[in-house]
Amino acid sequence: MSWQVIQQALPLFRKAFVLTLELSAIGVALATILGLAIALVREYRVPVASQVCATFEELLRNTPLLIQLFFLYYGFPSIGIKLSAQACAIIGISLLGAAYMSGAFRGGFSGIPTIQVESAKALGLSPLQMIRHVTLPQGLTRSVPAVAANAIFLVKETSVFTVIAVPELTNTARDLIGMYYRTDEYLLMLVVAYAIILIPLSVMLTLLERRVRRGTFGD
Amino acid sequence: MVLSAIDSASTVLAADAGWTILFTGDNLTRLLGGLWTSVSIAGLALVFGIPLGVVLGALRILRNPVLRAVLRLYLEFFRIIPTLVILFLFYYILPREMGVQVDGETIAVVAFGLWVAAEISDVVRGALISVPEHQIDAGKALGMNGLQLLWYVRLPQSINLMVPATINLAARVIMTTSLLLLISVIDVITVGQQIMEANRMAHPDSAFWVYGFVFLLYFIVCWPLAMIARALEKRAKERNNG
Repeated sequence: MSWQVIQQALPLFRKAFVLTLELSAIGVALATILGLAIALVREYRVPVASQVCATFEELLRNTPLLIQLFFLYYGFPSIGIKLSAQACAIIGISLLGAAYMSGAFRGGFSGIPTIQVESAKALGLSPLQMIRHVTLPQGLTRSVPAVAANAIFLVKETSVFTVIAVPELTNTARDLIGMYYRTDEYLLMLVVAYAIILIPLSVMLTLLERRVRRGTFGD
Repeated sequence: MVLSAIDSASTVLAADAGWTILFTGDNLTRLLGGLWTSVSIAGLALVFGIPLGVVLGALRILRNPVLRAVLRLYLEFFRIIPTLVILFLFYYILPREMGVQVDGETIAVVAFGLWVAAEISDVVRGALISVPEHQIDAGKALGMNGLQLLWYVRLPQSINLMVPATINLAARVIMTTSLLLLISVIDVITVGQQIMEANRMAHPDSAFWVYGFVFLLYFIVCWPLAMIARALEKRAKERNNG
């Protein structure tokens, strides 16, 4: 273990760290928005669209991100759609994430007592009003822990971007190991970098779970 | 000859040019063989990981603070570090520490096995503590010792919660085997890449079809598992609510 090796690699790792954070943030944000839209479509059983969304969800949840990325990055150009590695990464993680987030939101919605929806209908609320005044305010809080757990999962999944050569953390470590063979130093830096991102997130998740539990059950 | 004539004819009909390579020669058998490699690695990891995880999970309900902290740390390590990074850690460190050559398959089984054990330990712990406290008290009143309580009271009443979670984990492990090409295991994706490489000239558009097909293969394996888990989950929920 050499301090000098670590110091020299630090600028590269810092760059990769920032890129990992950026890609994670964009991915999680897009996945949450898209996932909420899908969950609402499925919750309100919009004809056709809800079946399409269900199929999309099953397809993406039951296949690895790696093969989804390969399909986007290497497969799509042969039918004339060429995307940069980073664009593929963002599209891939957002779609995969949306499929997972939709599940999280639907789980939250399913906790809303049926009487709430029935009352809203009896009051003559339109579907949009029901979404705004009943489903979202009661469903979102319940979804928070599952959404946060998915966010952590998605941050970890960004490590797979290395297969299409996006210079994020894992890719940087692999490159450096390939060039200089200092495995101990680079692996340590890699683990530490992920720990810096993920430990606070996971602590936050635990606190959120406790908070929502208290909010819902009062204990 | 005839084949190449058919080939050139089909490249003209660009729409169906690529998919034919999936079925030429023994390509399909090779792809399925690669899939078998992936699935059997996942299977072995589960075979080793599940019993270990059950033991660790049972230990985690004991009130020994040191044991609890150590096991919790073990779980959190596997939860926080991406699986790909864990795979690399084992790939680079294990052979050196043991002083022998270890192939990618073995490394994958060890790394995935320990990961499975960590996840299962949390599933088992969660299920075991979901058994109502009065059941435990009743068992104690009958004079049962700790192991008897576990075997006759806690396990039978919580196993229906453990099974669906374990099946879901199995599907996740199978999907994660897709990472094995990064530690030079010849899995289904590597076989696909070899096929594309061999047909680069005749079928430049083969990537779409080969990767699409591998995507489908993973789906065919994992989707039924997800469906079974969901059905069992629903049944467990209904039964537990009376």
